[in-house]
Amino acid sequence: MAAEAGKVDPMHQFTIEPLFGTDGWQVAGYNIPFTNSALWMVITALALLIFVAGGMKRELVPGRWQMAVESFTGFIDGMLAANVGPAGKKYVPYIFSLFMFILFANVLGMLPLGVIPGAHPFTFTSHFSATGVLAIMSFAIVLIVGFWKHKLHFFSLFVPHGTPLPMIPLIFMIELVSFLVRPFSLGLRLFVAMMAGHVLLEVLSGFVISGLNAGLGIGPVVSLLSFVLMIAIVALEVLVAAIQAYVFALLTSLYLNDAENLH
Amino acid sequence: MDQEAAKLVGAGLAAIGAGMAAIGVGNVFGSFLESALRNPGAADGQQGRLFIGFAAAELLGLLSFVVAMILIFVA
Repeated sequence: MAAEAGKVDPMHQFTIEPLFGTDGWQVAGYNIPFTNSALWMVITALALLIFVAGGMKRELVPGRWQMAVESFTGFIDGMLAANVGPAGKKYVPYIFSLFMFILFANVLGMLPLGVIPGAHPFTFTSHFSATGVLAIMSFAIVLIVGFWKHKLHFFSLFVPHGTPLPMIPLIFMIELVSFLVRPFSLGLRLFVAMMAGHVLLEVLSGFVISGLNAGLGIGPVVSLLSFVLMIAIVALEVLVAAIQAYVFALLTSLYLNDAENLH
Repeated sequence: MDQEAAKLVGAGLAAIGAGMAAIGVGNVFGSFLESALRNPGAADGQQGRLFIGFAAAELLGLLSFVVAMILIFVA
């Protein structure tokens, strides 16, 4: 559905465009340009690098910056200790990178950079291709760790203790499906939550603009109400950005717990 | 009813699912708050389970949003 003239198209913000004249790049016969999505991944990684590097001074009395970084690492460390136990210690680097990358991506996508002419902020976590890869990475680690540590005994994950014998085939199939759906639900949740929020904000901004264009009368009232609502939704979206990053890290650590400790 | 109208009606019906998920998420946080006020000492230890319940309830609402988006933009 194309947007009619004079209306704000809420889906336009998710368009992926090649940047810097790289739309002709060919890798092994495929067109692989440097897109705005890739640009924002690089920006996110750089921002994360700067944030963590600023806290690596290892002072005995930490300053504000080091305190901020250490509280994040401590938070992830505590989450893994609570959900996986002592065996979770070795996953702290992965879960920390995952959590901070998603958190920075979500928050950077919420920044009002669109007011700068020519700047086009982009939230790459609102694309399933990005979140799906993150989910597949987590799922692959679960599979590798599970089969490495427990060999074929890993399949006992699908049969809970004390299942009556006639029920075992049925329970096995149900547990198998619920296990295989995990990467999809993991990636889908983040992608849809970010996309829904951005669509909502765009629709409300469309109301504000249309109301102002409608001239005197009911128009400015609609605009003002939509604008107030939009501010509240932005606050909600910042909360959602943090919660979704947390949920992604939390569910990954729960799945790692399954792989490490079975039941 | 022509096909375009049927798609939009279907997308609107899918929005019911989003509303239902809102009830579910409200129920998760409401029940948590209710029991956290009864026993504040145990509340902090249950925050992980709170967010697991939130994620499970929210996912179904998000799925209905996906269905609506697919109906409008893809199908």
